[in-house]
Amino acid sequence: MTATLLESRLPAPPTDLRDAAREAGVIWAGLFTLGLGFGVLVASDGLPWWLAPVISGSLFAGSVEFLLIGMIAVSAPIAAIAVTTFLVNSRHLFYGLTFPLHRVRGRAQKAYSVFALCDEAYAMLATKDPASLSSSRILWTQAGLHGSWAVGALTGGVLGSTLLGGPGALGGLDFILTALFVVLTMDAYREHKDRVALISAAAAAALAWLVAPGSMLLVAMTAYAVSLAARHRLGRARSLRDA
Amino acid sequence: MPEPGYVAIVLGVAIAITVTLRALPFLVKGALAGSPLLDDIGRWMPIGAVAILALYCVSRIDFGAAGHGLPELAGIAVTVGVHAWRRNAVLSILAGTAACVAVTHLV
Repeated sequence: MTATLLESRLPAPPTDLRDAAREAGVIWAGLFTLGLGFGVLVASDGLPWWLAPVISGSLFAGSVEFLLIGMIAVSAPIAAIAVTTFLVNSRHLFYGLTFPLHRVRGRAQKAYSVFALCDEAYAMLATKDPASLSSSRILWTQAGLHGSWAVGALTGGVLGSTLLGGPGALGGLDFILTALFVVLTMDAYREHKDRVALISAAAAAALAWLVAPGSMLLVAMTAYAVSLAARHRLGRARSLRDA
Repeated sequence: MPEPGYVAIVLGVAIAITVTLRALPFLVKGALAGSPLLDDIGRWMPIGAVAILALYCVSRIDFGAAGHGLPELAGIAVTVGVHAWRRNAVLSILAGTAACVAVTHLV
């Protein structure tokens, strides 16, 4: 509801839309496919088809949505749902500090940009030079992710598992997101040959995978943030000593 | 079919928590403005976060499934190879995904 209101106010210079589509179009396709899978899951859990686009459009948090469907289907207690949402989405706490929100013009547009700050939006936009991003380029990238996810969910919910042959039928296409993150890591490294950052991130991921495979993303991001703070303090201590 | 009222409350709670988590750091950012810590976070967080997201995807590969993880590993190898060669993100992603899908249907 909020999303449609805000989307109708999106500025629409065609070049920014075209740039966003050229760069993010393949990722939009990936989210559409995942959305399809989500819609099929909603239908196969015996829930009404319209729940898929409603949840995807209003919540727009993929991994939590997959969990919520299972919990709604068994009427899980609200408190359990709140805790799950909090734990799974806490990793977003690490995104806002470095997301180029200052490039987005307008209060409503900024609010939409924060609302639609998913992993893919952060990964694609925070790794770019903020000066190279226009307000509408950022908003189109995010609206494209949001729209494809919701339209995918609508399509999956309507067609249901009978037509698509079950959630497993799309095997391989969800690899688009793995490829995206691999490519963005390579680009970020090419920009700054920061081996310490890569090694710390790999160590944080390995640690999280060993101790908490069920909440790997949250634990890894937290461990990485701690290592980052330690690195900052070490650097400060060194520059003070050398001064 | 669960009660519509129950679904509405679930959705409202999940949206409130998610939006709060996404918005909170922007409020903290104002307090940190101009600090050397924020500069370092800006330099180091994006590369670490995308690397962790990539490794998370790798950790989710199901080596017990039909292809024993071969489709995903082939996809990653092709993605890295094409990206090192042509430096075109869309091309690398499409090539890697095509390889993953192709191997899925082969094995």
